[in-house]
Amino acid sequence: MSTVAEAAAARAAAAAGPEAVTFAKALTTAMADAMRADDGVVVFGEDVAKLGGVFRITDGLNAEFGEQRCFDTPLAESGIVGMALGMAMNGMRPVVEMQFDAFAYPAFEQIASHVAKMHNRTRGRVTLPMVIRVPYSGGIGGVEHHCDSSEAYYAHTPGLKVFTPSSVADAYWLLREAIASDDPVVFMEPKKLYWSKEAVDLEALRADFEATNVEASRKGEGRAAVVRPGADATIIAYGPSVPPALAAAEAASAEGRSVEVVDLRTIVPFDDETVCASVRKTGRVVVVAEAQGFASVASEVTARVQERCFHSLAAPVRRVTGFDIPFPPPKLEHWYLPGVDRILDALDELQWED
Amino acid sequence: MTIPAEAQEAVKRFGISIEDYMLPVHGQIQILSEDGTMLPEEQRGSSPGHQYPVPSDSELLEAYRQLVIGRRVNDQNSALVRQGRLAVYPSSHGQEACQVAAALCLRDGDWMFPTYRDSVAVMTRGVDPVETMTLFRGDWHGGYDPHAHKVGIQSTPLTTQLLHAVGVAHAAKLRGEDTVVLAMCGDGATSEGDFHEALNFAAVFHLPVVFFIQNNQYAISVPLAHQTVAPSLAHKAVGYGMAGERVDGNDIVALLAVLDRAVTLARAGSGPLLVEANTYRMQAHTNADDATRYRNQAEVEAWAAKDPLNRMRHYLRSTGHLTDDAETAFAGDAEDIAQQLRDGLNAEPRLDPQDLFRHVFTEPTPQLREQAAFLRDELARDEQSALSLGREEH
Ligand SMILES: Cc1ncc(C[n+]2csc(CCOP(=O)(O)OP(=O)(O)O)c2C)c(N)n1
Ligand SMILES: [Mg+2]
Repeated sequence: MSTVAEAAAARAAAAAGPEAVTFAKALTTAMADAMRADDGVVVFGEDVAKLGGVFRITDGLNAEFGEQRCFDTPLAESGIVGMALGMAMNGMRPVVEMQFDAFAYPAFEQIASHVAKMHNRTRGRVTLPMVIRVPYSGGIGGVEHHCDSSEAYYAHTPGLKVFTPSSVADAYWLLREAIASDDPVVFMEPKKLYWSKEAVDLEALRADFEATNVEASRKGEGRAAVVRPGADATIIAYGPSVPPALAAAEAASAEGRSVEVVDLRTIVPFDDETVCASVRKTGRVVVVAEAQGFASVASEVTARVQERCFHSLAAPVRRVTGFDIPFPPPKLEHWYLPGVDRILDALDELQWED
Repeated sequence: MTIPAEAQEAVKRFGISIEDYMLPVHGQIQILSEDGTMLPEEQRGSSPGHQYPVPSDSELLEAYRQLVIGRRVNDQNSALVRQGRLAVYPSSHGQEACQVAAALCLRDGDWMFPTYRDSVAVMTRGVDPVETMTLFRGDWHGGYDPHAHKVGIQSTPLTTQLLHAVGVAHAAKLRGEDTVVLAMCGDGATSEGDFHEALNFAAVFHLPVVFFIQNNQYAISVPLAHQTVAPSLAHKAVGYGMAGERVDGNDIVALLAVLDRAVTLARAGSGPLLVEANTYRMQAHTNADDATRYRNQAEVEAWAAKDPLNRMRHYLRSTGHLTDDAETAFAGDAEDIAQQLRDGLNAEPRLDPQDLFRHVFTEPTPQLREQAAFLRDELARDEQSALSLGREEH
């Protein structure tokens, strides 16, 4: 029985809408909920237990689920991923944390030669339900090896799914989908968004997620979403580039241009359908990505749009990406990162008739 | 530092140091002499804490039967390479004792993680011989279901499979199962980073993994001296806090004795162990290799004299365990498997181009469905034009 005061407080809270939660909290909650729902989900990596990870994304998991379900490993990324593969092969759903993007490279052989290929190699007899979480990309003033956008390496490797959320709700939902997936997922977390906040009801999301049969629905399909509708041009972005894309669309609307923003959400599987529907509607496209542009995901998106929607295009597709240089030192990164002005300039160059 | 109970017991019982328990014996454990006589206990190379019970004669007879089959399999597969039926075959000719012991030391629920060279171990474990050869015939990357016999797909990237072994053991341990995992690699492979990571992870998590190194003295052309200057590969164990042992890899009796004990200890919760078998690759690395460029005939002949089959046969004949009838029966068993290999590998494999797309993911993506359709249409067009070409010629 709740007291009158408690009931009044609950009513007030409901009226105020959901609380603002961080992207980080959404990720943590997704793991905790998945661990509660399935004993086979285990979380491990470097500093993930007592410390909760260097970004605190695994905060509280060791305390709640104990040393068997959330534990620290020796410092060895190939070991972490290779051991996760064996555990996935033997009935578990490991979720492993790479401390930073560039520190996942020692695990690349395990990822490219085994994680990606085992299902194909065994004609589907071995499934690898495992998630490799990779904090990635810049904008946090990180020193060398802490800011790489390494998604193209994974997206280029057949057999890996590559997810990257850009909103708090997606952080929760896509991580739950990744953990539920019977395919291995490289889950790329834009670290500059870890502390961003949105009013999201994680409880409601959990109930929603657990009521949806994710495995049966859209299993092999991409999950791109129109995150801002518009009529005159489309910005296609993902992960860390979605916030500047949205800001640019907002600025453009002040100048009278209605710009749609498509967030890819999953790089693999790629959602040609959502992307092309938007492009066919607007006829003008800017692709934004923080990674170096050469041989990149942005190149792939551009090529696909051009192959599939050529007759709907009023102008060549523009790319706004990082320069083809190693990620810059902290004091120089603002010249590298694709920001609102560069996106607006690219939009301006789309051969407008007015 | 945590010291396994078994080690503590050995330390107490024999009055030896923990290092003495973990370090391998001086030389190697050998039970059957090179001319096939059972050595007296004091000549087996053992020391306090390193004593091994000899397997029963019936076990040894079955092991010999498997050796005969393994040798026949190696030679049959090499012949199939020469006949163009296999793309490549890394033969374990000369290493059959290691191959057979690796399979026989495990129980049904245990796991084995083999390399490309361990086809005989895989077959001895019960995997279908023709399915085992799928990788080397080239009609798929792996032919058997790893779950069916608890055997990983033979691994090519050196020592990567050791970490999978560690993961399988870790999952089993978390569930409270008493599974043991045998993780196999070669001497050259011990230089790889994953070798270190796997041993260390297994030790830190105290997992039931037996690392089994077949030291056949070469990594393709490179002799062991170029890989390491450690006193032996078995010595590497102590650096991880696990016990290592060195055994004559051409002596099936010693191999079974040492591996059986390692598996028993691991199952009882000792944590991981490492066994180095000292053996020799009698043939080239694969059919594509020319061993005369890097090793001399005298060395090969010296090792031929230690052949694992001859030794065991001599022992079993001289003690009366191996009768003429049994020999005939074993040769027959070996020939049956050779026949299976010939029949299976001489038949053309059924190739379906759509298989290329089927298992990349659990469910093909729209892009893969598109590419599958593209290939199907391309092949249909090719077939169509071949047909109409045929009509024109008539
Ligand atoms: C990571 C990696 N590097 C190189 C190779 C090529 N390669 C295949 S076998 C081999 C030699 C391995 O020697 P060893 O570990 O002693 O095993 P053996 O072949 O003698 O059984 C090499 C270099 C490989 N398979 N994987
Ligand atoms: Mg070798």
